[in-house]
Amino acid sequence: MSHVAQSKGRAGFIAGFLVAPLALYLTFVIWPYVQTFGYSFTNWSGQSPTFDFVGLDNYASLLKDEVFRGALGHNLLLLVFVPVITILLALFFAFMVNAGGRSGAGGVRGVGGSRVYKIVYFFPQVLSLAILAVLFGAIYRSDEGGLLNGFLTQLGLIDAEHPVEWLNEPDLVLWCLLFVVVWHGVGFYLVLFSAAMQSVPKDIYEAALLDGAGRAQTFFRVTLPLLWDSVQTSAVYLGIAAMDMFVLVSTMTSQQFGGGPDHHSEVMSTVLMRNFLYFGKSGYACAMGVVMLALTMILSIITLRATRRERIEF
Amino acid sequence: MGSTGEGLGRRDLIKRSAALGLITVPTMSFLSACASGGEESTKGPDKGAVTKENPFGVAKGGKLDVVVFKGGFGDDYAKAWEAAFDKKWGTTSSHLGTQEITAKLQPRFNGGNPPDVVDDSGAQQIKLDVLAKGDQLADLTAVLDAPSLDDPTKKVRDTLVEGAYEQGLQGGKFVVLKYVYAVFGFWYSGKLFKEKGWAPPKTWDEFLAVCTKAKEAGIGGLAHQGKFPYYINVVIMDLIAKKGGLEAMKAIDNLEPNAFEGNPAALAAVEAVYEVVEKGLLMPGTNGLTHTESQTAWNQYKAAFIPSGSWLENEQLKQTPEDFDMKFLPMPLLADSKLPFEAIRAGVDEPFIVPEKAANKAAGMEFLRSMLSREWSTIFAQQANSLTVVKDGVDPGVKLRPGTQSAVEALKAAGSNTFSYRYPDWYSEMDTEIQNASNELMAQRIQPKEWIKRAQAAVDKAAKDPNAKNNKRS
Repeated sequence: MSHVAQSKGRAGFIAGFLVAPLALYLTFVIWPYVQTFGYSFTNWSGQSPTFDFVGLDNYASLLKDEVFRGALGHNLLLLVFVPVITILLALFFAFMVNAGGRSGAGGVRGVGGSRVYKIVYFFPQVLSLAILAVLFGAIYRSDEGGLLNGFLTQLGLIDAEHPVEWLNEPDLVLWCLLFVVVWHGVGFYLVLFSAAMQSVPKDIYEAALLDGAGRAQTFFRVTLPLLWDSVQTSAVYLGIAAMDMFVLVSTMTSQQFGGGPDHHSEVMSTVLMRNFLYFGKSGYACAMGVVMLALTMILSIITLRATRRERIEF
Repeated sequence: MGSTGEGLGRRDLIKRSAALGLITVPTMSFLSACASGGEESTKGPDKGAVTKENPFGVAKGGKLDVVVFKGGFGDDYAKAWEAAFDKKWGTTSSHLGTQEITAKLQPRFNGGNPPDVVDDSGAQQIKLDVLAKGDQLADLTAVLDAPSLDDPTKKVRDTLVEGAYEQGLQGGKFVVLKYVYAVFGFWYSGKLFKEKGWAPPKTWDEFLAVCTKAKEAGIGGLAHQGKFPYYINVVIMDLIAKKGGLEAMKAIDNLEPNAFEGNPAALAAVEAVYEVVEKGLLMPGTNGLTHTESQTAWNQYKAAFIPSGSWLENEQLKQTPEDFDMKFLPMPLLADSKLPFEAIRAGVDEPFIVPEKAANKAAGMEFLRSMLSREWSTIFAQQANSLTVVKDGVDPGVKLRPGTQSAVEALKAAGSNTFSYRYPDWYSEMDTEIQNASNELMAQRIQPKEWIKRAQAAVDKAAKDPNAKNNKRS
């Protein structure tokens, strides 16, 4: 058998394995998107097979929909803060755990007890978002039974008669949710960055140490450039998470599918779900879905482009 | 569709053979029993002779397939019913209590082998209008026209509370039996009130006075399920209905331009509720609590009153202290109210259906008829701690839990003075917007006048809904 035929046979063999997953992907991922796109031009109610074509009406009303625009604003705010805060914290902790220890010249290692930290930091990632929602629901509880309120009352910082209604305060609710996402994410990205750091050859660090680099210099000149690929990927992932936020907002805040008080924690996905399932405006909700898809894709491309750098090989 | 046509033809055939069995001598029942036996293999319905006691012709010794939603009411009541049914009719019933109604039943509806009775409720219910449009629901008019089990001179329909019929209609046909009857108002602990020497208030001023006394005693006045402003909306809306009369309620349901704006009853109601907030008579933190959190706090004597429907007692069964003595209180009156103090909001829910393609439709219908008897209604009240759509449907000699008992008494005292808003079912968007405004009001972020403005804006917006033309009440 010639080489060509052999490779053809191999290609066929591989393609054979790919057909089924590809078909599944087309049926369950691509096709629904196409359908959503189609439905977004109709006034489909979601409960009946009949609907009319309404052209771009849904998109036109979307532009005027204050609730949706507010939700978009919240998503963008999260989009900036969630990745930045999470990555910075994760990088800092990962560096401290892996290379932050001050030891003798030759040794590059983490601060004391770093093994324990690594495990502890990873804990939040093990919990599902649904559990987190319950957990933080108890922390943010609006009466004295809440962990935060109880704590602050004990310290005498707030009056027991007027506890802080964390998730019912328009100015606080989004930041409370942001904290949960960051708390949840840091551990995972810490482990991710740790793994990347460990693949950096020790001699590079040793060389830096010998040249008299301090912790900060080591981090910015050595660690960060070598980790750039991981940071980039993390930014895209966290960006997508910030565009979603559905589980936390819908379970932790007031209103049907969350978003309360008075739309102050609304994100696009909660507005979408409410219109889709509760208001019977499914065509309109599909238009929101299309907008979300477009935004997420644009953002991913921008993130990847903006963070593109020369790859460093080692 | 060929298969459907075939099925109908087969059913017709069996109906005819049953009718034949009726007009011929009783010995023929032997033959029809054979026929039904033969039908077993082709999954046709069993059929017995139709008599006055057996208006749908339930066959002795048949099978009955019941699926109920196992939610807030549990499913013990259904098991008790099935036992009673089997005993009377010699049937063998199979029972399924589940929360996954759609997952369990959709394939069966599509496959043409649905159960005989379904309690199609909960978050995963199959939408009733979808089932109705697909001709999956049996017409239950025959059940309404059948003689009542309690009094054969009466038809079943004459034993139902108001609203049970209207709310069971789909496309003008009665296909859904909404079985649970809920009354709405405030709830309090009989024990706490006795201890403190407080009298249940009849006017809003008395209500505020009790709240103030509670506050002095270190207890919150009013608790509400802040995370779900649905509940505080009940208070506001019912105050409007009681002060402004049924016209005020209908103006809201019919989306009139002066439903809220320029309606003195509406402003008075909102101001009354706001007074509770302003005077600091809310239970601290209640605005951010879920229904279970706030209700449990109330069960722990942290507040005097809480608004809710009559499902409250069953919902809180585990959290309620043994000697709590739960009591129902109709919404206290504002000055110059048009409706009496006894008037209460009452609504029906928990939809029971008999599928059109049920294997034992006759038994399904008979099951519903039995549900509308006093005996079964009492079983429900005892097992699920809730009222049913059967008028005076609970045996007075039976001991109920205190909350249910007081709801029964309040309902009796109300007589025909019950009312029910329709807008939450008709315009969910408007409902949501008013709920948002109420949440802001309770958190003191807006004033009553602003609430009125926002509520009217929601009404005006809903008036543009294409459904607004069809949804009118008089």
